[in-house]
Amino acid sequence: MQTPSPSREELRTLIDARRDEPGALLPLLHDIQNTFGYINAEAVSLLADALQQTEAEIHGVISFYHQFRTTPPARHRVQICRAEACQARGARSLEAHACKRLGVSMHGMTADQHIQLDPVYCLGNCATGPNVRIDNRLAGRVDAARFDRLMDELEGEHR
Amino acid sequence: MTITVYVPCDATALSLGADQIADDFVRLSAQTGHDIRLVRNGSRGLFWLEPLVEIDSGDGVRIAYGPVTGSHDVESLIKTGVLDGHKEHALALGPVTEIPALQAQTRLTFRRIGVTDPRSLDDYRAHGGYQGLEKALQSDAQAIVDAVKESGLRGRGGAAFPTGIKWQTVHDAQADQKYIVCNADEGDSGTFADRLVMECDPFMLIEGMTIAGLAAGASEGYVYLRSEYPVAADIFQHAIDTASAQGWLGDDIRGSGRRFHLHLRIGAEAYICGEETSLLESLEGKRGLVRAKPPLPALVGLFGKPTIVNNVLTFAAVPEILAAGAGEYYKHGEARSRGTLPVQLAGNIRNGGLFEVPFGTPLRTLIEDLGGGTASGHPVRAVQVGGPLGAYLPQSQLDLPLDYEQFAEANAVLGHGGVVVFDDTVDMLEQARFSMAFCAAESCGKCTPCRIGSQRGVEVIDRIRNKENHAMNMALLSDLCDTMVDGSLCAMGGMTPFPVRSAFTHFPDDFK
Repeated sequence: MQTPSPSREELRTLIDARRDEPGALLPLLHDIQNTFGYINAEAVSLLADALQQTEAEIHGVISFYHQFRTTPPARHRVQICRAEACQARGARSLEAHACKRLGVSMHGMTADQHIQLDPVYCLGNCATGPNVRIDNRLAGRVDAARFDRLMDELEGEHR
Repeated sequence: MTITVYVPCDATALSLGADQIADDFVRLSAQTGHDIRLVRNGSRGLFWLEPLVEIDSGDGVRIAYGPVTGSHDVESLIKTGVLDGHKEHALALGPVTEIPALQAQTRLTFRRIGVTDPRSLDDYRAHGGYQGLEKALQSDAQAIVDAVKESGLRGRGGAAFPTGIKWQTVHDAQADQKYIVCNADEGDSGTFADRLVMECDPFMLIEGMTIAGLAAGASEGYVYLRSEYPVAADIFQHAIDTASAQGWLGDDIRGSGRRFHLHLRIGAEAYICGEETSLLESLEGKRGLVRAKPPLPALVGLFGKPTIVNNVLTFAAVPEILAAGAGEYYKHGEARSRGTLPVQLAGNIRNGGLFEVPFGTPLRTLIEDLGGGTASGHPVRAVQVGGPLGAYLPQSQLDLPLDYEQFAEANAVLGHGGVVVFDDTVDMLEQARFSMAFCAAESCGKCTPCRIGSQRGVEVIDRIRNKENHAMNMALLSDLCDTMVDGSLCAMGGMTPFPVRSAFTHFPDDFK
C-alpha cells in the first residue's frame, strides 16, 4: 500500500465529512487508515479538536483495537488464522512455515517493508481452513505449498 | 432457452476461487457459442463442495456440480455438454435440492440461502421476502412482540435469553429515542452463520431489524460487523442502499408513514466487542470496555437509550415467524429450545458447513452422519461447541442433544452453534493454554480476574507442562478457574475456564 503523508487539509476534509455522526470516532479512524494506511499524530490532534475529546482519549481508542496503527504499514498485510477451527486443520504448522518463509515473527514486517505478518482470530471460513487473509482477499485450504505460491505472487509484483 | 449458471459469491466460495470459475464460464461459454446468464447466488453452505456450480439448462432444474476447482474443470464441464442439457459428469451431484445434506436439514432461516442472488431485492421478494414486514406493518407493536414471545425464540448469539421478553422491555420503556442494534461481531472460531446471512440473504436481516424497530418504537438501527468480513460489509451495504432506494427503509416505509433507518458500522479487530455492552461502547466511539449490568441495555443501551441488542440469527428468524406464524416456528424443537438452530460444522470435519436443524438433534448425528467424521480420517477426540469460551466435549458426551438446558447441565454451552471437531492428534493441554492466551490477548482489561487471571493461567499451564510441582499447580489452575468464573464482569473471563476445565477434566492424560 502506498502511504503518502497526509496533509492537514486532506485530514480535515475526511474528518469534517462525518464528525457530526453519533459515535463518529471509529468510522473516522477507519476512513483515515483506509486512505493513508495509518493514523498519524496530526490526525490524532485534529480528531481530538473535532470531537471535543483529549488526544489521550483518541489515543486510548486507537490502542484498544488491534486493527488501528500509528506507523506506516507494509504494502501488504498477511494474516494467518490462529483460532481453534484452523488449529484443528493444521494452522499451527502453517504459522511456523509462514514465519520461516517470510523471515519474520508474528507482528513483524519484512525488511523491504513489503509484507506485514499478523495473526488473526477467526476469519469465519472455519470448515475450509487453514485460512489466510491477504489484504482484503481470503484464501482457504492453505497448506505450505499454497502459502508459498500466494507469497510468490505478492513478491513477484514487488520486483 | 436461457441457460443459467450459478456461481456462489460468499467469502468461502471466493476463498476457493469462485470468481475465477465465474469468469471461466463467461469466457468459455462465449467461445462455444452459448448464451449464458450468470447469477452470483449465495452459498448453500455445503463447504466441502465449494465452489459449487449450479446449471439450469432451460428446464428450471438446477443441477449441481462440485467442487469445481479451476479452469480445467470448467472446460471439462462445458465440453461434456452441461450447457446443452447433458447432466452427467464426474463432478455432477444431481438436482441441487436432492443433495442428501440439504434434504436432511430443516431450513427456515436459511430457506433462501444459496437459492437467490443476494444483491437482488426482486429475487428476495420473489422468494417470500418482506412478507413478515408486510404483516408487521398491519399489526400493532404489542402484537409483534407477542408473536415473537409465542414463537419461543431465544437469543441465538449465545446467551439464549428469550427474545420476546427483551423486546417487551424495550417496547415498554419510555424514551424520546430507542435503538435496534445487531451484533454481527461473529468472532467465535467455528462460526460463520452470521456471515452467511449477511452475504447470502442480507435483506432478511434488514427485514428482521425493521420489524424489531416497529415492535420497540425505534427509528434507528445499527449493525456492528467485524472487519474480518469485508465481503459481508460490501454485500450488506449494497442491500441497505437498495432497500433505502426502494422505500423499504427510510422515513416512510412503503407508504406506511413508519420510519426506520439502518447504519452499518465496522469493528476493528477486537473479540471482546462481541460482548453486547462492549459493542455498545464501541458503537459510541469508545474503547470496547465492558459495562457492568444492571442497568440492562434494554433500558440504558446505546447512547444511554433503551436498545434491543440481538444477534444476526435472532433478527433473521423473525421475518419467518411473522410470515408463517409463531406456532409454525414453535412446533420445531423441544422443551424450552424451540425452532431451529443453524449449526456450523467446522475444524477437522470431512463435510463441514452450515446445517440448520431442529433443536433436539444429537451432536453425534451432526458430526458423524451429516459431517462424515473427521477430514483426516482419524477418530474424533474432542469437540468444542460454542466458540472459544465453550467446553471441549469428549466422545462420551457426543450424544448430547442440541438443547440449551441439557448442554448447561453438562457444564457446556451451545452458544452460537459452532462445532469444532478435533482428531486424535490434538494436545488438550495446548488447547487449554490457547484458551488462556486468547483471553489474555483479547480481554478488555476492565476486571482483574480476566485481565490478570488469564495471564497467570498461561503461566500455570506452562509449569504443568514442564512438570514443575505438578499437583500444586493443577490445584492452582482449578482455583484460578473458580476465581475467573465467580469474579469476572462478563463471559470473556467468566467462561474462559469452560474450555480449560473441560480439557483437564475429560482429558487428564494430557496434563500429566
